[in-house]
Amino acid sequence: MGSIIVSELGKAYRQYPTRWSRLAEWLLPGARPRHQLHWVLKDVSFQVSPGEALGIIGVNGAGKSTLLKMITGTTQPTAGSIRLEGKVAALLELGMGFHPEFTGRQNAIMAGQLLGMSVEELHHLMPAIEGFAEIGEYMDQPVRTYSSGMQMRLAFSVATCRRPDILIVDEALSVGDAYFQHKSFDRIREFRKAGTTLLIVSHDRQAIQTICDRALLLDRGRVALAGAPEEVMDFFSAMIAEREQSTIRQERLPNNRVRTISGTGEASIADVTLLNDQGKPIDVLETGTPVTLRITVDIHADIERLVLGFMIKDRMGQAIYGINTHRINRPLENLRAGEQVVYSYRFNADLGKGNYSVALSLSRLDSHLDKNYEWRDFALIFHVINTRKPDFVGCASLDAQLEIERPQLVQGAAADALSR
Amino acid sequence: MSMAILSSLWHYRGFVLGSVQREFQSRYRNSLLGALWTIINPLAMIIVYTVIFSRLMQARLPGVDNDLGYGIYLCAGLLTWGLFAEILGRGQAVFLEHANLLKKLSFPRICLPLVVVLNALLNFAIIFGLFLGFLVVTGNFPGWVVLGMLPVLLVQVVFAVGLGIILGVLNVFFRDVGQMTGIVLQFWFWFTPIIYPPTILPEGAAELLRWNPMVPLVQAYQGIFVNAAWPQWQSLWPMAVISVLLCLVALSLFRKRSGEMVDEL
Repeated sequence: MGSIIVSELGKAYRQYPTRWSRLAEWLLPGARPRHQLHWVLKDVSFQVSPGEALGIIGVNGAGKSTLLKMITGTTQPTAGSIRLEGKVAALLELGMGFHPEFTGRQNAIMAGQLLGMSVEELHHLMPAIEGFAEIGEYMDQPVRTYSSGMQMRLAFSVATCRRPDILIVDEALSVGDAYFQHKSFDRIREFRKAGTTLLIVSHDRQAIQTICDRALLLDRGRVALAGAPEEVMDFFSAMIAEREQSTIRQERLPNNRVRTISGTGEASIADVTLLNDQGKPIDVLETGTPVTLRITVDIHADIERLVLGFMIKDRMGQAIYGINTHRINRPLENLRAGEQVVYSYRFNADLGKGNYSVALSLSRLDSHLDKNYEWRDFALIFHVINTRKPDFVGCASLDAQLEIERPQLVQGAAADALSR
Repeated sequence: MSMAILSSLWHYRGFVLGSVQREFQSRYRNSLLGALWTIINPLAMIIVYTVIFSRLMQARLPGVDNDLGYGIYLCAGLLTWGLFAEILGRGQAVFLEHANLLKKLSFPRICLPLVVVLNALLNFAIIFGLFLGFLVVTGNFPGWVVLGMLPVLLVQVVFAVGLGIILGVLNVFFRDVGQMTGIVLQFWFWFTPIIYPPTILPEGAAELLRWNPMVPLVQAYQGIFVNAAWPQWQSLWPMAVISVLLCLVALSLFRKRSGEMVDEL
């Protein structure tokens, strides 16, 4: 149940030189085709097995929405085929077909019917829909009085009131307040646990990396890369930074991770080392100990401004901490070709036990999207162990201090003492 | 294939009926009198046609010596023409109107024209019900012969649906169709003996009327209500055949182009 097989899928729009040529093509018997095909998606093949979650990423216009529309069936493919097994629910455009003059309840029923549910079923599910949307008495108010967030809540509740075998989610989801976003993601996770196959389009790195088993990068209508979410996301970040001229290369590290290096190359990372307080290079460190991250940068061309940033990521690729020299007002200016710069960041490794990686960026401004000299994921990997502190969980060593008071017990003890 | 269309329609019957109901309700949603307007509007129309035309303007039908004769003649033609025009007019725009829905949601698209037809039939049922009530009250009810209008109505609806879907699909690709439909409907209306009796037409024009497929239908209604005469079935046959053919053409056009349609919206 819940599998998707997409093979050699392609979508082309017909382009006619003039409006009349379509008419000519339709009416003149045996006429040659007068249109040109404009391919927006070509040779896309992938499979999603039951219970798996696949993330689809890509810049605007890469063909993500077209792909989803073909999978949900609103648009027909020009080439190739899609095989779906199981009941599909799509969260593409939430609140489609809501009528502003009708109440939330009436609209919920309409929206459900549009999804092919019966009125009895919807009446049966209505308490659950209401409960999840949490819009209170607005449920019986016309939808025109709703805020956009409330409409979202209601639409999401209706669209997910039944667990589908396949759930297709577009980034449209990222609207609504933080609370509801969490709640909706929790529901998606629940579905996933219960065996729903998930296909999700998002720009949100965190969403892709925490939910998905695999990711697929679309670029100009083709699959540019498919693989582990983190690897694909790294490639994607590099790709958007590098639209102009530079190269992207990925190296497979001994531990089977993939390192993505990209950039225009005016400056590059020559060396990166983690040092302990005696100045010795280490890759295993005790939690809470002071360390220095030393980064040597080679300048290959004259640069007017250079910002170095580093980011520590956990095993899952989630950012733990990141800072750059722009944010602490220490960018370097007017560097000359041939120069070498050595940066040392000192900090206490207040991290939980586990594996961490360091990503580095050399850029002109705060964001590497503007001008990216070099971006390097997995520039360094280190392990944190915890033998001295209490065995806490999580990645932030907050050193919580404990105080305990037991007032009733004190009274009890006093009474005991008195009676004695 | 047509079985598939039928079964998907059946599965989405809730949506179809819900849409009809919602469209009906939405018209009078924020009014004080609410559903009463569904009756007041057509009632006013019937009164205008019958009382004003027949009584005040003394308009008479040649050969009918009933005060209300002309009014009934008018209503029989106008109300049924109204049904035809509504299905056609809304049908040609239905896909454009719901462009957003079609682009974003996956559901059987044939539901949309069906909603249009059911809505038009609902409106027609109300107004025609009132008309029949009026006939009973004024003692002009033609009797059992009224049942004769059902097959005529069926032919007319099938004709309108076929034509409406064809125009609706074409309109997505060539927006001129929508503009043209309004104009053609105007000419068509005046070229059909609804306001006037066919006898006033000059010789050549009367000859041309034979090519107007709506004429036998409208005349059948007028015959039923003015003269209490059963329709002349043989005059309806060609129209019935045309209607079924149109529907088949409409379905095949719809099937062939519905995928491409979404790309054009």
